[in-house]
Amino acid sequence: MSKIYNAIFAAGITFVLACLMIGVKLNTEGTTLTVSGASGEQWSWIVGGIVLVFLAQLFADRIDTLFGKLPKPKIGALLPAEEKRATLKPWLLAALIVGLLVWPFMVSRGAVDLATLTLIYIMLGLGLNIVVGLAGLLDLGFVAFYAVGAYTYALLSQYFGLSFWACLPIAAGLAATFGFILGFPVLRLRGDYLAIVTLGFGEIIRILLNNWTALTGGPNGISGIEKPTLFGLEFTRRAKEEGNVPFHEWMGIDYSSSYKVIFLYLIAVILMLFVVYVINRLTRMPIGRAWEALREDEIACRSLGLNRTIIKLSAFTLGASTAGFAGAFFAARQGFISPESFIFIESAIILAIVVLGGMGSQIGVILAAIVMTILPELAREFSEYRMLLFGLLMVVMMRWRPQGLVPMKRPHLELNQ
Amino acid sequence: MTETSLYLIQQLINGLTIGSTYALIAIGYTMVYGIIGMINFAHGEIYMIGSYVTFIVIAGLMSMGLVSLPIVLLIALIIAIITSSTYGWTVERVAYRPLRGSNRLIALISAIGMSIFLQNFVVLSQGSRDVALPPQISGGWTFGDPSVFEVSFSYMQLLIWLATFLTMAGLTLFISKSRMGRACRACSEDLGMTNLLGINTNKIISMTFVIGAALAAIAGLLLGLYYGVVNPFVGFMAGLKAFTAAVLGGIGSIPGAMLGGLILGVTEALTSAYFPSEYKDVVAFSLLVLILLFRPSGLLGKPEVEKV
Repeated sequence: MSKIYNAIFAAGITFVLACLMIGVKLNTEGTTLTVSGASGEQWSWIVGGIVLVFLAQLFADRIDTLFGKLPKPKIGALLPAEEKRATLKPWLLAALIVGLLVWPFMVSRGAVDLATLTLIYIMLGLGLNIVVGLAGLLDLGFVAFYAVGAYTYALLSQYFGLSFWACLPIAAGLAATFGFILGFPVLRLRGDYLAIVTLGFGEIIRILLNNWTALTGGPNGISGIEKPTLFGLEFTRRAKEEGNVPFHEWMGIDYSSSYKVIFLYLIAVILMLFVVYVINRLTRMPIGRAWEALREDEIACRSLGLNRTIIKLSAFTLGASTAGFAGAFFAARQGFISPESFIFIESAIILAIVVLGGMGSQIGVILAAIVMTILPELAREFSEYRMLLFGLLMVVMMRWRPQGLVPMKRPHLELNQ
Repeated sequence: MTETSLYLIQQLINGLTIGSTYALIAIGYTMVYGIIGMINFAHGEIYMIGSYVTFIVIAGLMSMGLVSLPIVLLIALIIAIITSSTYGWTVERVAYRPLRGSNRLIALISAIGMSIFLQNFVVLSQGSRDVALPPQISGGWTFGDPSVFEVSFSYMQLLIWLATFLTMAGLTLFISKSRMGRACRACSEDLGMTNLLGINTNKIISMTFVIGAALAAIAGLLLGLYYGVVNPFVGFMAGLKAFTAAVLGGIGSIPGAMLGGLILGVTEALTSAYFPSEYKDVVAFSLLVLILLFRPSGLLGKPEVEKV
């Protein structure tokens, strides 16, 4: 009996949730506001949803047991044995890197462009992974450091004519400085306060960029940002500077606009590999171990004599500098940036990548970044549902698989008995 | 009176109006935080839904030919409260209850996901453009010499002050006198102990979300009528502001949330009066950072002691 009561209650709740917000539409006609009922199709969806909730509540136990009976896939059995993997690993890595470098010459321009975007998100995901995944500091304003990197390159190139390669370390350094300045006072705060403060910081940076029109161009952004060059060779049809030779003339081949796209992609691959390598090394160093220890138990760390300010600050600063790196490259690739590119939703997407991939796991974050950028491109007709699904995915992952798709594995040794 | 002082009075009136609605939303944050110690990130979205429901009901009743404004507003208020509370209850049930007792970050990420979900749900169902409602309550009083500066205090502002005051008084009575209110206070003292004493804590937590959502719906109705426009993105900023107000007053403390809301509203009004108005959000967030740094327990909150 209580089951039926529960089911009716749940169905009633669903009805209240749906009937006004989905069942009725607001329209503006001239100056008056009118309402109109949703189409018959939408009402049938609502009724279908209510019936579904009713049945799911009524047969909740049986559905649970059914799910329990489903065989769990054994991914571990598919992989080769531990020793074999160790010998295969360098070869696989080498093949992967060669593949990454050769692949763009064989596919269309659009695919290479998408791959470049994916690589930017991989870099951002890896950067945030240090802060959220390894050090356990929830940063909701990560996009601010991305913006700092992007604007650093755009402004330095516009006002001082500095090249991309000179700006790259400056952008990373400046983003790190911002991370340091923000981090120094706020890292004393407990987890959820830190999240809100960083969110506020991200908004402050965006509002400043939007309103400091004299320097940043305000909402119009900065356009015509210089593209990177290969040791001074430009990838344009004609050289911009007097006496400079464009890449295709120097090589003695015909001009093609896809050279530029492929060149940008290759830069992104190199930057990404650099970031992966550095972070991979760091996690094996004492400081990397300290990040994880601090995430697990802050009080224990402090009683063991670890300096939590230095540990947190280093994670925060390194994450920020990675974002600055990605930001400078983003500005170079787009050729145009405006505060619109650095809204809170970007931070949320990067966070979703880290959460989906598995906090702390590098492979997981890389895979998640690939999935999160390529899936929306493939499912263009569902693009309006993209953010809705991101939100839902974050809730569902936290509920059923908080460790992510590819959980982090610590390098460890097992003693044989 | 001189022009500057009249101008100041006008800004104070505007600030207190906005501030009292911030206080209404902030109570939702503070009550949830007081009991289960998590930030209900989706609370701003509940407020936004309250605004939408108000607009839908008012437009619907108007097109049906009902013209008596008090009755229309009353029906809109009741339906907005019911719908928003249902959303609040469901959010707790779906996204927070299964995660209770897990890591703080996990619950917070789930809450952020819920906030993004609700925002985009409204974008899909109602469109992302501004929806405008013509002013329902117009007129007001003006003071001061018209040749110098006229201070205006509109009926709408009076309604906001009155409604907020009545709601706060009702809530204070409920929390301090009723059986449920006592259980609520017991929960925020010690959740586990309250459970042992035979109080259904799950029910109390659900009720906290429902009360918070109802207050957010009232704020949604008032601010919706005051500004006359709503879009799916208003909840995000309002939620952040209200959270700032809750922290300012001392999170977990209901009088603190009220005080914090008023202070934040006045600060914002004064900033936008004397500086470019775009910077008022910067001031609000800077205020948040400063409070957290120098007085993390807020104005009226109790300092939190970390125990092993």
